[in-house]
Amino acid sequence: MAKLGPAGYSPYPVALYEGILTPPPGKALLFTELVDEEIAMREAAKAMFTRENPTVFPGPQVLYAWNEEAKKKAQLVRKMAEVFGARIIPMYDYRPKYPKIDPQKEINPNHPNLTIWHNNIKVCIFIGVHCHYANVALKIIRAETDCYTIALCGNAGHEDATVTLRDQHSEELEKFIRIAEEVKRELKK
Amino acid sequence: MSLKIFKINEALKEFVPSEIVDLEEKATWGNPKRGIWDLPYAKELVEEHSLCAGCPESLAFRYILASLPNPEDTIIINSTGCTSLVFPHIALHTVHSLFGNQNAIASGIKRTLEWRFPDKVKDVVVLAGDGATVDIGLECTLHSFFRQERITTICFDNEVYANTGGQESGLTVKGQIFKMAPKGKQWDKVPMWQLAIDSGCHYVARLTVSSPKRVEKVIKQAIYVAREVGPTYVHLYTPCILEIGLNSDDALEEMRGRDKERFKFFEYISEKAKEVIERKKQEGLI
Repeated sequence: MAKLGPAGYSPYPVALYEGILTPPPGKALLFTELVDEEIAMREAAKAMFTRENPTVFPGPQVLYAWNEEAKKKAQLVRKMAEVFGARIIPMYDYRPKYPKIDPQKEINPNHPNLTIWHNNIKVCIFIGVHCHYANVALKIIRAETDCYTIALCGNAGHEDATVTLRDQHSEELEKFIRIAEEVKRELKK
Repeated sequence: MSLKIFKINEALKEFVPSEIVDLEEKATWGNPKRGIWDLPYAKELVEEHSLCAGCPESLAFRYILASLPNPEDTIIINSTGCTSLVFPHIALHTVHSLFGNQNAIASGIKRTLEWRFPDKVKDVVVLAGDGATVDIGLECTLHSFFRQERITTICFDNEVYANTGGQESGLTVKGQIFKMAPKGKQWDKVPMWQLAIDSGCHYVARLTVSSPKRVEKVIKQAIYVAREVGPTYVHLYTPCILEIGLNSDDALEEMRGRDKERFKFFEYISEKAKEVIERKKQEGLI
């Protein structure tokens, strides 16, 4: 069983409660510090290469082919997972699943900790999850697991993630993959 | 809304569970002639439901969802009650309203959609139980009819507040005893279908869900009339088999019994609605 996260079972929006805010444009959030985007990408990549069971959780915005950007992003997500040697577990929608989810195959924002616990995931990337559900899921993961969470957000980011990269579109994803490949070479993975 | 939102990106398709892939490949989107005959072959828009075993509401849900002529552009407004246990499991846009104000919410959504998408057909359907429609939400329900809102209201009448332990509702029949109504109900059942006619609905139907074909016809007529003319109301008898002391497999017989008495099929169609229904029949859509 994974260890309980630092916020315990706090009912509060945990990161905000500790004074952590989303980063301003052009910056990223690394734990509680504002850093340059490239530094955050490098640290996120290191975590993906060095922690157990790296996993990518793509959400509906990249899973479904609702526009050209989404199609491109889906290919980049696939490439990113291949570079990291990570599993892909989709968050295909936000409906509570009845009678229960299969944590090996899916993650649900209403109880994302089940998937994290079941697969012993120590580092993960959220991408393409609508912000309100990403917030819910990241708060629960922060409170109930010791998983290192990386949010690749197309909007303003998520203070509850361990690493928050904001305004992430295809161009930024390509940059992240390039940095990941560099880190991979550095770590001789 | 676009059908594209059901199309899964090829690059990630292999990671998506089969029931979601089936929604893209085997559900009947974009086909106004869809209906209950698709049920054995097509992917249903409801996943495993969380109602009691044998609950007629689950039948009603399956028939209604199979009958919607335009599911990709249908927004369902629901309210508190047994039905609200199912909405999280259906693959359509749903809005859970406060208990009783579902028709007010639906009015706002319909008007906004008409303004936002003037060139697209967007159906707004209210699905709520008897408590939400006739007791707590009667004001909102009737006023949406008075205002001639172009929405379809479907009432699942199980004649009791079932999931809170069995209290009588306005639609409980006189004399009925429940766990929380030990003396029996003192007043008559509210004739909601008649109130709907008097309040300006253009199409009103009262029936049980014992006949899938009839449910399909009624739902399609109600939606087509609401789309072009004004409010429509469908009153479905979906008995709570637990609260009236029946077994899981008794529901169909119970409904067939009521088909011959207080839920005998009844239909009201206004003159304007008749024109629409006739036209849709000629087009082969009903």
